[in-house]
Amino acid sequence: MSITHKCHVGIGPRVEGRALVANDNFSARYDLDRIKGVFSRPEHVLAGKSYVDRIVVVNTAKGGVASAWMLYEMVSRGVAPKALLLNTANTILAQGAALANMALCDRFEDGDITTLVKTGDEVIVEPGLGKVTIVDRQNRRLFG
Amino acid sequence: MTKLSLLAEAMVAGEYGPARRWAVEHQLQVGRMFDATDMVEVSQAHMMADPESIGLAGVELVERFSALPEDERRVAIPMITDPRGVDLDYYDPLGQTEEMADLERRFIKACRAMGIVMTNTCINYQTIMPPVRGDHVAYGDTGVVIYSNSICGARSNFEGGPSALAAGLTGFTPRYGLHLDDNRRATRRYRIQSQPTELTDWGVLGAVIGRRSGSYWEVPVIEGIERVPTSDEAKHMGAAMASYGSTPLFHIVGITPECDRLSDVDGERLPVEPITDDELKAFRGGFGAQGEKVDVVVFAAPQLSLVEMQRVAELCRGQKMHPNTAMLVCTPPSVYADARAAGYIRDIETFGARVLKGTCFYQQYAREIGEANGWVRLLSNSTKIVNILGGYGYKPALASMQSCVEAAVAGEVV
Repeated sequence: MSITHKCHVGIGPRVEGRALVANDNFSARYDLDRIKGVFSRPEHVLAGKSYVDRIVVVNTAKGGVASAWMLYEMVSRGVAPKALLLNTANTILAQGAALANMALCDRFEDGDITTLVKTGDEVIVEPGLGKVTIVDRQNRRLFG
Repeated sequence: MTKLSLLAEAMVAGEYGPARRWAVEHQLQVGRMFDATDMVEVSQAHMMADPESIGLAGVELVERFSALPEDERRVAIPMITDPRGVDLDYYDPLGQTEEMADLERRFIKACRAMGIVMTNTCINYQTIMPPVRGDHVAYGDTGVVIYSNSICGARSNFEGGPSALAAGLTGFTPRYGLHLDDNRRATRRYRIQSQPTELTDWGVLGAVIGRRSGSYWEVPVIEGIERVPTSDEAKHMGAAMASYGSTPLFHIVGITPECDRLSDVDGERLPVEPITDDELKAFRGGFGAQGEKVDVVVFAAPQLSLVEMQRVAELCRGQKMHPNTAMLVCTPPSVYADARAAGYIRDIETFGARVLKGTCFYQQYAREIGEANGWVRLLSNSTKIVNILGGYGYKPALASMQSCVEAAVAGEVV
């Protein structure tokens, strides 16, 4: 059994991975230690957590334009999330995802994606089809 | 995208070489995500691309383009650059490595081969060629975009480095976001209670509005500002708003060009959200730090205009910096030349500070230079920079320009 959430057509390839979720915002420059692959901003909800190979689920983008290059640089070293899911992306994250060939989706029809997906969920992201599917929820049942 | 010009189609087909094909394919992906129906011609591109952000992978990408035949590699429109990450005249004393400098040198060489002008500034609207109302441009650096949209009435999205590069190569960009009238109307209506006075007040006001708005797709309109801000004041307000809120456009009733009246931006239908003095005070209070030792004072983000350089020089003149404190001042190369001729560089450096040319502190390996120099407590009058540097291992604090210089003399936050 799985749960599918429709969203706007996104960017990047189909990927599958474990979710890391926060009701917080995202900037590669402001929030990350990109060498260690962890959230480094002390005030961030995910401070200290590794984002490497995770499906990072956050509210929206914040701050500057640097994230556009940074996503590409992070992917080139293999120290990057597999995908970014947001309630609303900004232009920078979309541009960065396009260059990095990183999966990115936003504008979910069922509501707040940071509550629809839980940390640890196994998620399939299909940007070209505009859908995200939760296929497994660790230690919990998806229904009932 | 439903409408593509013959030129764009030819680029997709590779008739203009692989760089322009990469560029237009990148634009098509981004345009599809934001439902662009066509492309819009742009008059200028401005690329943010410091080596810390682009890394080896980004440098190698640009180098591949720069190695193409001249007619395939040259940008199609005037294209300029945001601050560099390394001042090649002063990097070893900061703790920057030869490897960082080499990456910078490679990138500069590649850009020049493509016809990109190395202006190395995030205040091009004050120093190079300000856009005019209705001018479609492809600008990077959030501070540049918000100022150009709001104060100049130009039309740009946040164009990250790759997209600015794509626009430079094609001469157009996908028509979405702030290129469209509908997205320039106000969505939030703020009313202030007391007037900002000095630069940091404007920055704090921008930060609070940005934080409350909290999305690229929100457009604040501000009521109650009683005097026209200077260019530097508007610069600090916009940079902070964009930093805290990812906000690319604001209107000020009776001041900014698209908003003579509230109704011009459909603001009268929106509920009024007061910006209280308590909220502004609480924001400032969050940085605290009075009486603590200061490791480094930074004037940057945005780079300083000539008028700001004059003010810093006046504050420094006749004084000496505390021996255990460092102070860095970042300004564009063009302003540096004028400031040197005016004696401001001498005044600031006699004080004991260092003026960096064409860099901006947070874009120049801030984590590494902080660790190399043991800098933790950082003081600045830039509301933007204190927002950014928490994630780089600093404890940032905010103060006025005058208080920053006083702290540099005292060696502690005054």
